[in-house]
Amino acid sequence: MAPSTHWVYTIGNWRTLPSAMSRFPIPEHGVGWCLLCPLLSCADLVDGKRASRKPSPEAEATRDKPRSPSNRKKRTQESRREGKEGGSREIKASTPQRKNNVRRKQREVFGEEEWSKAEKPWNGKRKRDRKASHREQEEAKSKEKHIQRKKEKQLKKHSSSPSVPNSSDEESIAEEEMARIMEQVEEKKQVIATIRNKPWPMVKKLEVLREAQAFVEKFEGALGKGKGKKFYAYKMMMNKKWIKFKRDFNNFKTQCIPWEMKIKEIESHFGSSVASYFIFLRWMYGVNLVLFGLIFGLVIIPEVLMGMPYGSIPRKTIPRAEEEKAMDFSVLWDFEGYIKYSALFYGYYNNQRTIGWLKYRLPMAYFMVGVSVFGYSLMVVIRSMASNAQESTGEGNGDNFTFSFKMFTSWDYLIGNPETADNKYASITTSFKESIVDEQESNKEENIHLTRFLRVLANFLIICCLCGSGYLIYFVVKRSQEFSKMQNVSWYERNEVEIVMSLLGMFCPPLFETIAALENYHPRIGLKWQLGRIFALFLGNLYTFLLALMDDVHLKLANEEAIKNITHWTLFNYYNASMWNESVTRPPLHPADVPRGSCWETTVGIEFVRLTVSDILVTFITILLGDFLRACFVRFMNYCWCWDLEAGFPSYSEFDISGNVLGLIFNQGMIWMGSFYAPGLVGINVLRLLTSMYFQCWAVMSSNVPHERVFKASKSNNFYMGLLLLVLFLSLLPVAYTIMTLPPSFDCGPFSGKNRMYDVIQETIENDFPTFVSKIFGYIANPGLIIPAILLMALAIYYLNSVSKGLARANTQLRKKIQALREAEKTSKSIKANAAVKSLQDTFANNFKNMSQLQTTEEGNKSKSDHQNHPKKKEEGDTKNISSGRGMMLPASLCLAVTKPPGPRSGVAPPGKTQSQLQPPRSSPGRGKGNPGQ
Amino acid sequence: MGNKQTVFTPEQLDAYQDNPFRERIAQVFSQDGDGNMTLDDFLDMFSVMSEMAPRDLKAYYAFKIYDFNNDDYICPLDLEKTMIKLTRGELTPEEVGLVCEKVINEADVDNDGKLSLDDFQNMILHAPDFLSTFHIRI
Repeated sequence: MAPSTHWVYTIGNWRTLPSAMSRFPIPEHGVGWCLLCPLLSCADLVDGKRASRKPSPEAEATRDKPRSPSNRKKRTQESRREGKEGGSREIKASTPQRKNNVRRKQREVFGEEEWSKAEKPWNGKRKRDRKASHREQEEAKSKEKHIQRKKEKQLKKHSSSPSVPNSSDEESIAEEEMARIMEQVEEKKQVIATIRNKPWPMVKKLEVLREAQAFVEKFEGALGKGKGKKFYAYKMMMNKKWIKFKRDFNNFKTQCIPWEMKIKEIESHFGSSVASYFIFLRWMYGVNLVLFGLIFGLVIIPEVLMGMPYGSIPRKTIPRAEEEKAMDFSVLWDFEGYIKYSALFYGYYNNQRTIGWLKYRLPMAYFMVGVSVFGYSLMVVIRSMASNAQESTGEGNGDNFTFSFKMFTSWDYLIGNPETADNKYASITTSFKESIVDEQESNKEENIHLTRFLRVLANFLIICCLCGSGYLIYFVVKRSQEFSKMQNVSWYERNEVEIVMSLLGMFCPPLFETIAALENYHPRIGLKWQLGRIFALFLGNLYTFLLALMDDVHLKLANEEAIKNITHWTLFNYYNASMWNESVTRPPLHPADVPRGSCWETTVGIEFVRLTVSDILVTFITILLGDFLRACFVRFMNYCWCWDLEAGFPSYSEFDISGNVLGLIFNQGMIWMGSFYAPGLVGINVLRLLTSMYFQCWAVMSSNVPHERVFKASKSNNFYMGLLLLVLFLSLLPVAYTIMTLPPSFDCGPFSGKNRMYDVIQETIENDFPTFVSKIFGYIANPGLIIPAILLMALAIYYLNSVSKGLARANTQLRKKIQALREAEKTSKSIKANAAVKSLQDTFANNFKNMSQLQTTEEGNKSKSDHQNHPKKKEEGDTKNISSGRGMMLPASLCLAVTKPPGPRSGVAPPGKTQSQLQPPRSSPGRGKGNPGQ
Repeated sequence: MGNKQTVFTPEQLDAYQDNPFRERIAQVFSQDGDGNMTLDDFLDMFSVMSEMAPRDLKAYYAFKIYDFNNDDYICPLDLEKTMIKLTRGELTPEEVGLVCEKVINEADVDNDGKLSLDDFQNMILHAPDFLSTFHIRI
């Protein structure tokens, strides 16, 4: 094969080829090939695709000739006719004539000029080599015309003799022509649509595109027969406009994505894994914006605009005792004072059924918003998880290509920074080394008992750590309850819980990492363990905190009865006292003087807000101190230090993806838990995410270095989402518990005075809906209906689960089938090759036999071993003989035999058998005596 | 995308000096094969390297990039070159040999000891992050 022509051919037609091939009527194709390319062996003939790859001018001519199925149909018709005329004419000669026949008829339809124009794109498409194409094209055309004229003359002779095509036949042919042209137009359109996917140089693309467009424009109108022309033009124009609009809109959409450029910049500096954190952050920001919109739009703003003004009722006023300090910063900082009695917290909301001129049912709205916050979050998380999973199943399953993937897809072409590139080189090298080591050590046994012991020990230590941190938090929370009862507590004592939790969060993960070094896990697995442990730590801390808080709440609830009585009596006494002197109507008691309950909901809300704010501060300060100051120190003190700070001990910090993502997830969990009792919390969180987006972007770009080991972000993404879902579920539990079981405070919040918070729904149904609705609801709420419903759901889950399992099994089976097919293909290919080799060798063998017989007669027994020493020479001689006898058959098969050595295919056919087949049955006595090395 | 930048700053051009295959890319997309690009070649390159380009097209050009000796097959020599470029020659020859052997083992469907375009496309079809990494942003 001459590589250059082959190359050109592959560039031009590797995509269009199979479709063109499939239109070939097979027998004709086979025979044609036989006649055209005698060099090819039978094996190549059967495998049409492979055979057609061999470039030759005739091949091109035949390839381009049959254009469409209708063409083929016509051809068969014609061949039938021709068959009548000329009996069994040989096929080779008929092909060009058919071609001309078709052409002639086309000319009749379109007229000479138009036809030659229409033909142009054909020719243009046919040419592969652009540079030489023009002249060649001209030459080819003139030749073709010449030949055509000749053939036409011949044909005219033919058609004038016996059989004359009648007019109806002509018409049908014209219709067929129409259909064919239509098809061509469609094809051209297809070309225009898919031109982007063709591996052609730009010049060629442009040329083909223009030709195709010209062709389509020319014939589209002709086919519409005039009446649809204008409409078609209009349609095309609108289509173009629509496409342009879509493109503009897409550009606009990408421009609208916030922080896209920032994230891309980070991606180019730090790789996709760090960018994935920021994408996650942005996603979280979006979710929080929606939650914020829900809560602000439906709860806070209506209450502020239409509810009772501040200071009108006790729950909206600061108690007399706190009034003096209510504006002090230290008080405000603890979210007491004015902030506590603001719309940020649950206690501020009034239990009026409807507010304002809109008759807005605020308590109802409050409850529904609280539910829908969770509903929306669940929906969003699950949806994005599902889409992630679909992507991963759609693309994944490349376990058997580890090395290939590493080699061909590990370089990130996006990297545009020398430092990142260095790290990428390093990480690729290490990953290669790792896989090499994995490969080498897959069978190697280690001291498994030691590893097991160490792993158990490490887990034991970590469980101890977790228990210890849990107990510490419990202890601290208990202590803080005592502190809250005392007066004059110091700043530390007030904020002990938050400080301890932050410290635990700061120091435990590195401790875990140190302990995890004992385990000797693969780093990828180690990372998951690490994530899981940090997750457990955070979760344990959070739940301990919640339990302690719950204790507090129960304590407050126990006191509530007493306070309720006190309030009642105070008011009663006050107004009874006013009964004494009727002349002066006493003004109603100032709301600040009314004794209040402790309002546990607001307390819970305040705890969550405090925790969130302290979390924000700790995060920001850690970044500032741990990253920025460290970077400054390393950078500037490096000039006057004993050792190299940048390369040595402190160096610059890496961006801690797992820690940041987990922090974000837990923060979100806190928001979900707290948002019911502190509606303003989501607003704070939105601010936090916004600032942390800018702040962390800046910190990453200014003071972090890219990772040494970059782990894939795309795969761990769903892992993070799974954690988020778990946290969402876990944060749903306490909220649901408090809503369902604890009675709301009697004097604060939208549900005050009710037995349970969810009573608000019942109330609405009873008062605002017709009676039958409440009846229906009563039936639905019946346990007799709920339990079967739950059962049904469980059954549905079971059913869907089993269906999906079945589908997965079918999937794997299909995959196996594909694998098997591929194997079969392999075998068939090699068998074919073997067969070709075998036939070749047989011919050799026959010749050999003859020759050896001759030789034996001449030289006797001695020479047998001799001539076996030079089989190659003989082979060459034989080859020459045969090739002169049979044309060019042998060199091709020889080449085939050389390029595809049957050695490695021993697995396909039993090796001994092939071996014996391959070896020509040489003169049998020689085998015994000759050198055994053969 | 969305970035209406028409002039490259020196920094941006520098930024693409780190790709180990930069010379190959230039050679593959240039018509003379030496890496001298005309405007059309340049357009070609970016139309292939854009995010919009389909997988097959990208795979085709990736194949050409990794086929160092232009013989339409990725043979072990090409693989070795790729390895050396990717790791900056930090692996021992035995390791390189092992990896090349493994790659051929994994991806070579027709058992001819080298990767044809079909083998390569079949392999790339399963690669999870080929599409996300094989493009250039400007």
